Amino acid sequence: MRRLLSTLIACLSCQAWAAGSDYQLTPLPIAEGVYSFIGEQADFTPSNGGNIVNTGFIVGTEGVVVIDTGPSRRYGEQMRAAIARITPKPIALVINTHHHPDHFLGNQAFADAPIGALAETGKGIASEGDAFAENLFRLTGDWMSGTELKAPDQTLQAGPLKAGGRSLILLALKGHTDADLAVFDEDSATLFAGDLVFNLRAPTTPHANLTHWKDTLQALDAFMKDHRVRALVPGHGPIARDARPIAWTRDWLTWLDRSLRESAAEGLDMNETLARPLPEAYRDIPVSGAEYRRSVGHLFPAAETHSLQHNN
Amino acid sequence: MIKLASTLACAILLTTAVTPPVLATERPTDPLDSPRWSDMEKGMLSGAPYVFDTRVRVDAPGTAENPLNVPITIDATALADVKEILVFADFNPILEILRFYPDAAPAYIGFRAKLQQSTPVRAAVRTGDGVWHVGGTLVNTVGGGCTAPSMGSTSSEWQKRLNEVTTRTWNEGPMSGRLRMRIIHPMDTGLIAGIPPFHLESVVLSDEAGHPLARLEVSQPVSENPVFTLSRGSTTGALQAHGRDNNGNTFNVRIPQ
Repeated sequence: MRRLLSTLIACLSCQAWAAGSDYQLTPLPIAEGVYSFIGEQADFTPSNGGNIVNTGFIVGTEGVVVIDTGPSRRYGEQMRAAIARITPKPIALVINTHHHPDHFLGNQAFADAPIGALAETGKGIASEGDAFAENLFRLTGDWMSGTELKAPDQTLQAGPLKAGGRSLILLALKGHTDADLAVFDEDSATLFAGDLVFNLRAPTTPHANLTHWKDTLQALDAFMKDHRVRALVPGHGPIARDARPIAWTRDWLTWLDRSLRESAAEGLDMNETLARPLPEAYRDIPVSGAEYRRSVGHLFPAAETHSLQHNN
Repeated sequence: MIKLASTLACAILLTTAVTPPVLATERPTDPLDSPRWSDMEKGMLSGAPYVFDTRVRVDAPGTAENPLNVPITIDATALADVKEILVFADFNPILEILRFYPDAAPAYIGFRAKLQQSTPVRAAVRTGDGVWHVGGTLVNTVGGGCTAPSMGSTSSEWQKRLNEVTTRTWNEGPMSGRLRMRIIHPMDTGLIAGIPPFHLESVVLSDEAGHPLARLEVSQPVSENPVFTLSRGSTTGALQAHGRDNNGNTFNVRIPQ
């Protein structure tokens, strides 16, 4: 009996391992030497292993610049193997655009290369990274095995940066979190916007400041025009050849902000606000209902505070 | 394997069948099927008569994203002669969340609570005949809500603003009669080493002449900087709110209509 059980358990776990082992990462060519891995437009689940994010890389004359490393060690390793199938060049620099777990938990696979982020991002990863990893273990399971925190070891700043023989411009922004980095590749005029831009996928807001975020989107829109951006890679959702994802993200945030304020002004409490239906246009957007509910949790208390008046 | 399982199942069924029927007939079955219910009825209801009653509406998200801020709304206005509403969570380290006495106000209250893990959230509503009417809902959450330090305990901002009260009343439209009230308080549970329990303990809402409309006994699991949603019913004019925490700090405010 015991033997049967242990065989059964071994079988089950090896099956689970097989099902949860391959992210099937295929680099999508965007421009000369510029590639992206496009994730599912979904929540973290045991079936997608957390592959809901867009990452990317840029091949320069001397080396490769990696932009975000995905949700797990396994993702990072498979990403690195996929990069190696495109180019034998070494990894010159890894960039973490911000401190959310699907963007840096693959760092371990690049531990031999410099890993850079904005100062605030590095602090966020160091302080919240372990809790994020635990949460992803809970949400996706076995895909996360072996994943441990590897914090950035270089501090990046806004401005031009030469890396791997490629000319980049780093934009230090905020709104999605307190520190969001966007990366512009001059040769190909490709902008990696990180999670400042979502495309046809509901934005996430656990550390968002909607006012800052909307200002930042305006700045990004201007940057797109000034630098004649030819490809825009959002943090989540399909890539675009124009600025429409910026407008799409701004429209969602504007609606969300207004909706929460109205709700508070009308006297609704959090449960009543959660129960409000989404506008027609957003009902079929992937994970819109779930992200709206999360955003109510994150942002409604502040909207509510604004709606009340002092009594003492 | 399957055979073993079915044998086991049979054994369990047999055991159930021979249990004295007194249990099955005298005690209502918990609709939320919580293994903690028998402790709850003894501990929280002190063995008093009770019924599970769908007229007690407990609204909370099935999955709460933030265990520190789980919205809970209790509506017992379908019951007559409500004396007391006791809100508790079977699996919280501190079971009692709050008691609400709607003396001259509708039996309706909304607030947010900290939940330590997935748990039934219940409202037991005592009517004038002494019977508890119990409603509830299950909340799934990632947990940790009661053993995370308050934001207040990690900054000094709250010291300047302790017991600061902000409110608003709605006098027309669909929310007519509603009062919302926020009180700045860290609501420390005492479950974190080195941070003693420090929480709002009582809030009394009165009309302009000082007659109590509703009274609240607040326990540690109510979220930091509590926000209460109440109904003033048909009472008109300004209201007064008086509050006290477990360290003796008080507030007294007048709420204009």
